[in-house]
Amino acid sequence: MFSLAEAGIIFRIASIAIIISVFYTFLKQAGRDEYAYMILLAGLAVVLTMVIPQIMELFQAVERVFSLY
Amino acid sequence: MNIMQIVGLALIASIIAIFLRQTNSPVNAMLISVLVGIIIFISILKDIAYVLAALDQLAHKAQVNQLYLGTILKIIGIAYVAEFGAQVCRDAGESAIASRVEFAAKIMVLVLAIPILVAVLETIIRLLP
Repeated sequence: MFSLAEAGIIFRIASIAIIISVFYTFLKQAGRDEYAYMILLAGLAVVLTMVIPQIMELFQAVERVFSLY
Repeated sequence: MNIMQIVGLALIASIIAIFLRQTNSPVNAMLISVLVGIIIFISILKDIAYVLAALDQLAHKAQVNQLYLGTILKIIGIAYVAEFGAQVCRDAGESAIASRVEFAAKIMVLVLAIPILVAVLETIIRLLP
């Protein structure tokens, strides 16, 4: 499968990360440190849910190609 | 899958990673570098499969024992995944974990190589008078 179409996921994660860091600094200025920290965690969770299937796909691909079962 | 696309993607992703590393989210930077590695490998997968199929045919014609080629493929696969994991850990600054991963990979490759070693030694002993 032509996987460069998956390159979009990089930019999606980049946008999420940028938005989160903007919120983080904004909330920090507003003095709400705990909310700032919470948004970092939420962002990390979202990004992880997008990355982990890709890692699983990589390992399955390696198993398939190199018959590593 | 020409090289220009791969290099372009890698450059853009590393720029994004550096930018994220500065604006206090190094975790996402590392995740992006992992993702680029995955995408490049999957996009080059077809060519790897083609090379392996050609190797398979050659081995079949030369009546090479299927065990040897299979073991070599397994070793290459283990080496690749271990290298991928170790490099990602090293990028994240955890070189201790990276060396553990490489150590485990070496042991697994050794375990795979034992049967071939035994076969070679047996043939040598059989040759001796």
